[in-house]
Amino acid sequence: MSTVEPESSALLAPLRDVDPAALLALQTRLAAAAAEAGLLDLSYTTLDTPIGTLLLAATDQGLVRVAFDREIHDAVLEQLADKISPRILHSAARLEAAVRQMDEYFAGRRRVFELPLDWRLAKGFRREVLAHLPEIAYGQTESYAQVAAAAGNPKAVRAVGTACGTNPLPVVVPCHRVVRSDGSFGGYLGGTEAKQILLTLEAAA
Amino acid sequence: MKPFEQLVTEHGAMVLRVCRAVLGPDEAEDAWSETFLAALKAYPELSEAANTEAWLVTIAHRKAIDVTRKRARNPLPMEELPERPSADPQETDQDLWDAVKALPDRQREAIAYHYLAGLPYREVAAITGSTPEAVRRAASDGIKNLRRAYLVPATASVAPVPVPVGSVPASTSISVPKGEAR
Repeated sequence: MSTVEPESSALLAPLRDVDPAALLALQTRLAAAAAEAGLLDLSYTTLDTPIGTLLLAATDQGLVRVAFDREIHDAVLEQLADKISPRILHSAARLEAAVRQMDEYFAGRRRVFELPLDWRLAKGFRREVLAHLPEIAYGQTESYAQVAAAAGNPKAVRAVGTACGTNPLPVVVPCHRVVRSDGSFGGYLGGTEAKQILLTLEAAA
Repeated sequence: MKPFEQLVTEHGAMVLRVCRAVLGPDEAEDAWSETFLAALKAYPELSEAANTEAWLVTIAHRKAIDVTRKRARNPLPMEELPERPSADPQETDQDLWDAVKALPDRQREAIAYHYLAGLPYREVAAITGSTPEAVRRAASDGIKNLRRAYLVPATASVAPVPVPVGSVPASTSISVPKGEAR
């Protein structure tokens, strides 16, 4: 056997030769066929923005997750596999509108996102808080206390902070517009610098 | 559980190699697509402890059998055989592909699943319904046959052949029957 192995590996080398472009085309075709067959539970793509590379993931209901670089995209995808479904493929097919609107937003040409959203990753009071956030107008901010009152529980200031900190759809659902009562930025899942960039962008546009 | 995309990224090339070796380059892409589509469907039920590569090869093996049966029922008329563009890198290795195609099924499968997919003889035997020893022999015979059919002109001194080089076209010098019973 010892003489066969190296020789066979040279003999079979042409059989191993795979064209990366052909493989990529097959992957694209697979995502389309999977969507067609109702087997694509989650599709995702990434987008370069002024606040880093964002991961966008969608179900057939709509956009379900926006994740920052610092959340580690591979870890986010594993969470999605556990929480929603492991039937996940890289495909921009369901995300064209989200990508286009994100690009417009970061170019200062879009103030409101008009996208179907899948809220399944936000539950209970957190979801009520998040549902209120799009009412904070572009370029405006509210304090955590104001948001707590608007969500129907003025004492739940800390819970508002938690809701913003676990927002599955940042940027689109504008938790960056929630700041401290003293006017300082407060925390942000994407980092304070990202929050500052977003608020500066909205103030300038 | 790993996102399915990771399986495609990690094993997509391997499955394509296997499909090409077992079915030939022309039917390999459809078999690849059907393999991953079937795998995607079944994936949520796959045990965390399962050997993903062996699982994918098992599905590819079944898809290849489907394709082979379909082919036997509806043989392509000769004039409709797909043409391969001349820029195709596979063109230069046509002799090797012809030699692989001419192998008995058991030998071709042993080569694809053991040498190209990297599965141990034991796993290959489980997939093809054989024994590890029979798979080892089929893989070894397959390599010998390929070398005889494909490498004859260049390496005649390494692998002596009973027929004079050139008297018979290399790709047809294998005497083993096609379509050995599975």
